[in-house]
Amino acid sequence: MARAQSNRRIAVMTIIGWTIGILMFFPIFWTAVAAFKTESDAYTLPQNFLTTPWTLENFAIVQERSDYVRYVVNTTLIVVLSTALALALAVPAAWSLAFTPVEKPTSRLSGRAWLAIMLGASGACFIVLYVNGWKVSNFFVGFGLLMLVVIPATIWVWTRNTPGTLLWMLSTKMMPPAGALIPIYLIFNRNGLVFADWGIVDLREFNLMDSLWGMVLLMTLLNLPIFIWMLFSYFKEIPVAILEAARMDGASLWNELFRVLMPMALPGIVSTCLLNIILTWNEAFWSLNLTNKNAAPLSFFISEYSSPEGQFWAKLSAASIMAITPILVIGWFSQRQLVRGLTFGAVK
Amino acid sequence: MKLAPLFLGAFAAMLASSVYAETTLTIATVNNGDMIRMQKLTDDFTASNPDIKLDWVTLEENDLRQKVTKDISTKGGQYDVLTIGMYETPIWGAKGWLVELTGLDDPADILPAVSGGLSANGKLYAAPFYGESSFVMYRKDLMAKAGLEMPDAPTWDFILDAAKKMTDRPNGVNGICLRGKAGWGENMAFIGSMANSFGARWFDENWKPQFDTAEWKDTLTTYLSIMKDAGPEGASGNGFSENLALFQSGKCGMWADATAAGSFVIDPKASQVAEHVGFTLAPDKGLGKRANWLWAWALAIPAGSQKVDAAQKFISWATSKHYADLVASKEGWANVPPGTRTSLYNNPEYLKVPFAKMTLESMNAADPTKPTVQPVPYTGVQFVAIPEFQGIGTKVGELFSAALAGQMSADDALAQAQQYTTDVMTKAGYIK
Amino acid sequence: MPSVLVLSGWAFIPLALTFYFAFLSYNLQDPENTGWAGLSNFYYFFKDPFFVKDLINTIVLVVGVIVTTVVGGVFLALLLDQKFWGRGIVRLLVIAPFFIMPTVSSLVWKNLIMHPVFGLTAEIQRFFGEHQPFDWFGRAPLFSVGLIVAWQWLPYAALILLTALQSLDEEQKDAAQMDGANAVNYFWHIVLPHLARPITVVILIETIFILNVFAEIKVTSVGGFAGNLTYLVFSQLNDANDVGMAAAGGLVAVVLANIVSALLVRFVGKNLEA
Repeated sequence: MARAQSNRRIAVMTIIGWTIGILMFFPIFWTAVAAFKTESDAYTLPQNFLTTPWTLENFAIVQERSDYVRYVVNTTLIVVLSTALALALAVPAAWSLAFTPVEKPTSRLSGRAWLAIMLGASGACFIVLYVNGWKVSNFFVGFGLLMLVVIPATIWVWTRNTPGTLLWMLSTKMMPPAGALIPIYLIFNRNGLVFADWGIVDLREFNLMDSLWGMVLLMTLLNLPIFIWMLFSYFKEIPVAILEAARMDGASLWNELFRVLMPMALPGIVSTCLLNIILTWNEAFWSLNLTNKNAAPLSFFISEYSSPEGQFWAKLSAASIMAITPILVIGWFSQRQLVRGLTFGAVK
Repeated sequence: MKLAPLFLGAFAAMLASSVYAETTLTIATVNNGDMIRMQKLTDDFTASNPDIKLDWVTLEENDLRQKVTKDISTKGGQYDVLTIGMYETPIWGAKGWLVELTGLDDPADILPAVSGGLSANGKLYAAPFYGESSFVMYRKDLMAKAGLEMPDAPTWDFILDAAKKMTDRPNGVNGICLRGKAGWGENMAFIGSMANSFGARWFDENWKPQFDTAEWKDTLTTYLSIMKDAGPEGASGNGFSENLALFQSGKCGMWADATAAGSFVIDPKASQVAEHVGFTLAPDKGLGKRANWLWAWALAIPAGSQKVDAAQKFISWATSKHYADLVASKEGWANVPPGTRTSLYNNPEYLKVPFAKMTLESMNAADPTKPTVQPVPYTGVQFVAIPEFQGIGTKVGELFSAALAGQMSADDALAQAQQYTTDVMTKAGYIK
Repeated sequence: MPSVLVLSGWAFIPLALTFYFAFLSYNLQDPENTGWAGLSNFYYFFKDPFFVKDLINTIVLVVGVIVTTVVGGVFLALLLDQKFWGRGIVRLLVIAPFFIMPTVSSLVWKNLIMHPVFGLTAEIQRFFGEHQPFDWFGRAPLFSVGLIVAWQWLPYAALILLTALQSLDEEQKDAAQMDGANAVNYFWHIVLPHLARPITVVILIETIFILNVFAEIKVTSVGGFAGNLTYLVFSQLNDANDVGMAAAGGLVAVVLANIVSALLVRFVGKNLEA
């Protein structure tokens, strides 16, 4: 009796579960179907998706037209290098945040005093700029003014207590990218703020625009806050006593980090990296604005298909499938490790 | 560490991309059919210029414009050859951002309306790759079915009436397809030229915006009502490409758009209605101006480029008569880039192409210096050649597109357009 | 800590430059003609016909998507926590949207599913005899964008909540059943409190990302109907080429983001203390 009931319950759940699963997955499935149809069949897909012939020609057309392989290589390089770089930067940061937490701000200046300093520095810049008609003619003057504001701000962050630093890091993720676009654009630019002819040395050969290095650097910075935040919460779970015991045994700092800490935090590090890979793979805003060709990733590749001439749905679908398959496969295979990452370490 | 080989590979890839043996031209171009075709035919160029390597950056129209504008105005120098239009060329040429083009193949042969639009201070700053106006494409079979006959020079009254009669929504046929997607180069290209034929203008002689006039109101309400009665569903998202897809799959009775669409709608490989297509001039309202625009995609060289000589060579190849012959021999006369050279329209072979004559007439009918009935302080038929226009045109386009989608009334759209344009012109110092 | 140095450089230098540009009159098409602009950039940004609408859209989008994904996520998590045949596969199907590039999913939804002439929904409506299928992106643009964004973020919410559910003690479940607590009571008094913390995480993370939704709006070209602040700033920069005004708008968006994050931290901060 109870068993029959439970079987019926399982059957009902199966139906509901599969219905929802199929509904959620349907757009991807539909795209995959369209990708294997000819161009004119793709337009009449709903009526005849079983009767029309299947074809691989769209994939060949897409590859021929926009060299898919190059985009995949670029994307992979950007993703791998930026994840590695972010990891290298984030581990020490998270380590010191987690194991040598700062309870109180180290600076004795009050919040009000800091505000006054910041306002003073900005005010000084403001006056200098205003007197000059809000123009910066000399590069070094501009740089000096910039530093006048940025350095106190950095010191302020430096002296925050641990929760303060973490919150500040997360808040940098809230900055709307469109607002920062022009400054970043000018920094990346060959004749811009940094990569210009400095007199002593001409840096223009090293411009970051449309270079893999530039994208790697940018992606690292974009994801660093999340990286640190997540690693911090994983490290938090490791008992300090173990580290202390290792230290007692005479382990060097290097050994403490790589022999003790890293192995224990490995699942957390893996899921952090996975999340980072997904976010970087799918990033579009900066890629579209700062790359053209040499460093263009897959999101750029897709944008070429957003509005071409005439009928293009089969090609669009093929390109879409080509762009999402690698990351989808990675995601599926690693879903268990990823789940921890998705929570940014906050759910235990 | 497993990462080491990856790092090394990355280094190698990055080094490889920065070392060139010969002159490499980076060419920014738009992703339309004629440009893609050129990319396939460049063997002809590199065969005679083995020391020049071509590197293409193909972008969607809006992306291209945004990137090229940012690059040239911050002197980024990413591109050696730019694809720009009639709007940018005179502005940038006058600022000295472009290199004057010399050594073109027979520059006197270029259609005067086109070369005029690509010059500043009497110097040619961009070489036209193809030129276009707009006209009306229609389905002869549906026209006959509706018991009508398309005149050579239709009026708006006829077009509106025919659109209603051709509409057959149960069978998926819409009387007329027009652009509705927001953008100064999308819906405003069409609405702007339509407004010209209705006697409206963007600005009066004192740069005062004119959206509060009866002519604009007439234009917009006519446009909205015909789209409601005879337009396709979702018209507010339709630009050139979307309408082309609709027309090719037989969903439109008429389509008023670029003459460059001609070769696509009669191509039996892409178009299901290829044998039924007819062409006629853009309509008028008896005021002496037809609703057709004038545009050319052209190739230019940014000032400060290190590779001017190679770029000049490439541009003169791409815009030459030789290139036209090359396309004709490989892909047929219908696919030759239209609308740039007088000699092309004297070629009896080319005149056999069904839309050839209509294209030339349409282009000759557009006058950038006198776009509308009343005098204006600007040049440009469907655009206004001032730096601020790109922003104004886009915003007004968004408002009109919202009106088309039913998000706001025509009066609100016009009032807000007037307000916004006045603000921008005040901010920029045109209105004191 | 080199990371702090790098990050503060990353955060403050663009911000400082944005401040500078916000008071500069600078049109990219006219770079010779720059100078002090006073507050005019801010004035005209607020006066933009779309400003108020886009501000409201931003908030509606964030709130709407979060409510949808949290409610849907709880439901999905409960469902996936049940035993049924093929649960593993269904879970893979359900989480797939999270891996899809926003550009790709917008293009697919716009062209293949919701297109008013060729799309699947149009086809279904025609099947039921409607000759003028519903034009999603024209008539209900904000809803359509929200639908796409929610589709992408629903799996995220579901996965987190599912993990949390599975950590709910089996004993606790059994004990509740022994007590004869009915399903509703059980859910209300035991499951929901247990999910409070993961739900805050979902809200926090989704807010960060959905405040700056961009690709979905750009690709579906509804910027004029249902743009958000990020899109408006983008449009000032790329359509109007007005760097000054874009910077001013960027600052406005930063202020908004800070208000939201301050509220959030106050609201959910306690839940996050490790």
